[in-house]
Amino acid sequence: MLAKLLVRYLKPYVWLLVGVLVFQILSAIATFNLPDLNAKIIDNGVAKGDTEYIWSTGAVMLLISLGQITASIIATYFAAKAAMRLGRDIRNDVFEKVSAFSEREVSKFGPGSLITRNTNDVQQVQMLAMMGATMLVTAPILAIGGIYFALRQDVGLGWIIAVAVTTLLIIAILIISRMVPLFRSFQHKLDNVNRIMREQLTGVRVVRAFVREPIEEERFRGANTDIMIVGRRVGSLFVLLFPLFMLVLNVTIVGVVWFGAFAVDAGDAQIGTLFAFMQYVMLILTGVLMASFMTIMIPRAAVSADRIAEVLDSTSTLLRPANPVTDLPTPGTIELTDVSFTYPGAEHPVLDGISFTAARGETVAIVGSTGAGKTTLVSLIPRLFDTTGGSVAVGGVDARQADLDVLWNSIGLVPQRPFLFTGTVASNLRYGREEATDAELWHALEIAQGRDFVEEMEGGLEARIAQGGTNVSGGQRQRLAIARAIVHQPDVLVFDDSFSALDLTTDANLRHALWRELPEVTKIVVAQRVSSITDADRIIVLDDGAMVGIGTHEQLLETSDTYREIVESQLGAEAAR
Amino acid sequence: MTTEPTTPQISEEEKYELELAEQARLNSGDWDSVAPGKASQFGPSFRRLIGLLKPHAVAFTFVSLLGAAGVVLAVIAPKVLGEATNVLFAGVIGAQLPAGITADQAVEQLRAAGQDDLANIVQTAGVVPGEGIDFVKLSQILIVVLLLYVVSAILTWVQGYVVNVIMVRTMWRLREDVEAKLNRLPLSYFDKVQRGELISRVTNDIDNITQTMQQSLSGAITAVLTVVGVLIMMFSISWQLAIVALVSLPLMAVIFGVIGPKSQKAFGIQWRKVGRLNARVEESFSGHALVKVFGREADSHAKFKAENEELYEASFKAQFLSGIIMPGMMFIGNLTYVGIAVLGGLMVASGQLRLGDVQAFIQYSQQFTQPLSELGGMAAVVQSGTASAERVFQLLDADEQDPDAADAPKPAEGDGTIEFDHVSFSYAPEHPLIRDLSFRVEPGQTVAIVGPTGAGKTTLVNLIMRFYELDGGRILLNGQDIAELTRRDMRAKTGMVLQDPWLFAGSIRENIRYGRESATDDEILDAARATYVDRFVHSLPDGYDTVLDEEASNVSAGEKQLITIARAFVAQPSVLILDEATSSVDTRTELLLQHAMAALREGRTSFVIAHRLSTIRDADLILVMEHGDIVEQGSHDELIAREGAYWRLYNSQFEQAAADVDAENAIAQGQGLDPALVGAQTGSFEGVDGEGETPATNS
Repeated sequence: MLAKLLVRYLKPYVWLLVGVLVFQILSAIATFNLPDLNAKIIDNGVAKGDTEYIWSTGAVMLLISLGQITASIIATYFAAKAAMRLGRDIRNDVFEKVSAFSEREVSKFGPGSLITRNTNDVQQVQMLAMMGATMLVTAPILAIGGIYFALRQDVGLGWIIAVAVTTLLIIAILIISRMVPLFRSFQHKLDNVNRIMREQLTGVRVVRAFVREPIEEERFRGANTDIMIVGRRVGSLFVLLFPLFMLVLNVTIVGVVWFGAFAVDAGDAQIGTLFAFMQYVMLILTGVLMASFMTIMIPRAAVSADRIAEVLDSTSTLLRPANPVTDLPTPGTIELTDVSFTYPGAEHPVLDGISFTAARGETVAIVGSTGAGKTTLVSLIPRLFDTTGGSVAVGGVDARQADLDVLWNSIGLVPQRPFLFTGTVASNLRYGREEATDAELWHALEIAQGRDFVEEMEGGLEARIAQGGTNVSGGQRQRLAIARAIVHQPDVLVFDDSFSALDLTTDANLRHALWRELPEVTKIVVAQRVSSITDADRIIVLDDGAMVGIGTHEQLLETSDTYREIVESQLGAEAAR
Repeated sequence: MTTEPTTPQISEEEKYELELAEQARLNSGDWDSVAPGKASQFGPSFRRLIGLLKPHAVAFTFVSLLGAAGVVLAVIAPKVLGEATNVLFAGVIGAQLPAGITADQAVEQLRAAGQDDLANIVQTAGVVPGEGIDFVKLSQILIVVLLLYVVSAILTWVQGYVVNVIMVRTMWRLREDVEAKLNRLPLSYFDKVQRGELISRVTNDIDNITQTMQQSLSGAITAVLTVVGVLIMMFSISWQLAIVALVSLPLMAVIFGVIGPKSQKAFGIQWRKVGRLNARVEESFSGHALVKVFGREADSHAKFKAENEELYEASFKAQFLSGIIMPGMMFIGNLTYVGIAVLGGLMVASGQLRLGDVQAFIQYSQQFTQPLSELGGMAAVVQSGTASAERVFQLLDADEQDPDAADAPKPAEGDGTIEFDHVSFSYAPEHPLIRDLSFRVEPGQTVAIVGPTGAGKTTLVNLIMRFYELDGGRILLNGQDIAELTRRDMRAKTGMVLQDPWLFAGSIRENIRYGRESATDDEILDAARATYVDRFVHSLPDGYDTVLDEEASNVSAGEKQLITIARAFVAQPSVLILDEATSSVDTRTELLLQHAMAALREGRTSFVIAHRLSTIRDADLILVMEHGDIVEQGSHDELIAREGAYWRLYNSQFEQAAADVDAENAIAQGQGLDPALVGAQTGSFEGVDGEGETPATNS
């Protein structure tokens, strides 16, 4: 997957990669020519006492050094360009892909996981690409080039390089292959320690209340000791690597001198070439070590790449209709016909055999215990999910045939978690209709019972909203989310348990204002509190995905046991009678 | 209506942005770029950081000496190897000369032949004319070199190994110290410090210190020693060449001085952009449905694209700048190499130097640049590590709660009488909260505490738990001042259920046993049955061994709440503190919660921060709090009859609502008594509908 992802996203930047390669090779050639020239200085200059030659060759070496750094910088430039563009493009594509997802895919991955995939995971792959383009490419070039140049010196010592490289590779593979799982385990243990600390800090009152400090300290010590043990093992391996590398390198050099001496003695080689040969050995071995070290990054990046590819390869189930209907004949009507819905991979349907209608301006309430399928049901109306059976018609058109923008324009959604976006109160309220005037915003706030607190906020409509809306309370968030949906001017308002954080008074005022000010708008209300929906035109009682009752409050008290049970638990037995 | 955001808001935002950036950096696991931050008192903090190694001072010194010896050997080796080259060279030259003459004669002959340069070489190289390479001498030299390298490698390894062990032990100790410290800190500390900041201090900062210790402290010694040793060897070979090598120093300084800070700055910008982009992604993905339904997909896309492009520019710059440091160092290395090759060649040619020396010198010059660039990189690491250490030290130095008295009396027997005797308390001296508060609760009574947010309800129960020390007065448990008892003894008599269902990542059984370690499995089962935990546990595949992890998707919020009730049940406290949840759970669980709490309260003195009307009405005593004071106390009927604060609160809660909904229903419902909401409505109470009411920094 990693290779596939890299190939796919580096394709447009092939010329950059070619640039990297060309300039890295140029840089390597320059690097290799230096020892060669040095050898010439010794063999032709020093040994023959030709100072003129030493000077001129030195000048050439200087030029080559300059050339080398130039090539190296250009290669880095191209590498950084290519790798960072790769990251940028993947992020763009993942974002685009996720945006096009239906809620079904989003819930399959989970928003948290999608976020990590588009941030950290991309970062990992991008870093690998960068390292790859600079070091991973350089290392083989150095190694191969080094071998070529070394053999060109023709001192008959190629076998030493072969032995040295093999030895080093074996050492590196042995150590690194043991280190990779240890690293992972270390990270895991570190997460553990940090998790326990976090737990203790968030639960400090509970810990103290139950006098659990000693046990907590013990629990922490366990995790802490774990990390120490793994840390020691990782470290023990790590500290082996460098001394061993130096040893291999130095022994090789000693070997070169010893065996080279015979070649020199036999007149097969010159001393200068032996010198150069030593330099090459160093370059080659450094290259090999660098390359094997870089491989540590690969497993982690591979996991990330898999996770990214998973997102990119899944297809959105939200298909845009081929011939979208752009005119809704009966705006404000909702009709569900024998709707069922099963989550992908689930055995049992979350919803089964749901049918009801809502005429323009009507209020339809949905009640039921947690997990009964209420949220899923209302999510079908704005086509956040597609039904797996039956149909949903909005404004007289099957939701799957309607133009998505037209469909969404006709619906104002207040989700269960009243999510606000970073910005200002106004920017949040205008989220659904940018051209809304301040007066319209205030009007919507008035209906949503939010005028008072917005007026009190510093800056009023321009008051800042932090990420996720964390700087306003839960009840205020709900009211702002409701106002946002109202500003959108929809035909249908969908409230998914949107009054839960409001006290009864506000709840009642809000509903009255809604009914009074927006009589034409159809309201679909999911509610926990029965008191919020007693005056609905129709109440749908859900139990475990099935519709076990439909009717008005009074009718249901007569006909539905489940409904009566709910009313009893909330309003007391007398209310249910 | 439009007002410009004020300055503190901007800095607040900036702080947030930096936090995001830091988070992004840490999450990415990119240790190449250094955490930002400067210690305010670098010297003392750094010394204290080093001082952490004190328990291992002997071992550390010993292995450092070993390491130093290893470095010395590694530094000597090239010079000895140079001798081998000299032997080679002498052999090569010697073989060219006719045998049977002395070296001096050969020199004369060469001079006569006009080969002055070669004559110079023969003069210095120890040539025996006619003799080839002296393999015996060569083998002796090479064996010495080999030995030097092997011993040096072993010493370096031993040093690395021991230093690593010392490091991990030191970090273990530091973590233990922090953990122990956290348990000795008064709760007021946790109110003052932001939770996120504290968590980052005990996790990220300690990690950062570990990195610093491992990367720099052990490496620094080796690096410095190597640089010094190599310098000495260089000068011993040839001061002229040594000066050529030293010319690289200012060049390196230029690279580190110019590109280094630029690259660090670029990284800073990059992480900020990453942080911001991450925030955007988080927002867009979390609000996915909204983005769609409100038709903002294109817009959200455009914004993302623009920010992504900015990130690309920033990260390109950062990567490029940091990427050219290494080639830069290599270039300097090459320059030195060229300089030495030329000058060395000239010197050999003029007989001032032997070839082996030049070869040794080249090796030295290569050993010289690497530790220097390491040292250059270390400066930033050490700076950031010291800043982290300073923050951890601040935590370790924070004032602790008073230790329990050694001669604390044994807790008296009793069924849980609680008496407040002229209690006064404040979080901050300038804002007195509770003043001269007195009341008495008999064993087994239920006390409902009501009042608007910020009235001091949580404070009151915190005082009973002795989470804070009083400014004046006493709280008596069974007639004994709780401040005189050990915390352990006194808290063994109390149990609490908080709104926030805090459970740790362990099995359900372990979480229930948390209330009392000595509880048997039967007792746990009893508690679970009494509090309705048993019911849902049976539907879980692993039953009581189901592990509650951070996600814990198989257990709902209401069920978690039930577990916390079971936990308190198992503790068998005689005094109980309950904070009724206001969060919405579904109706059936809500019913279970009410029953479970009632079961828990049975036969125990209970303080309930009450939100449910039924709880309040059934309480033996209602304490109505306003502004830290108990303004009224009595039973429901008494307080209604008095038409005072409770009556007003009661009416504002329910009468208005009753006007809209069926009055009877609303009152009976007894839900949603969240005074703060009414406060926001009627304007009669301060505060908004938050949950915490400690006047501390919001976490």
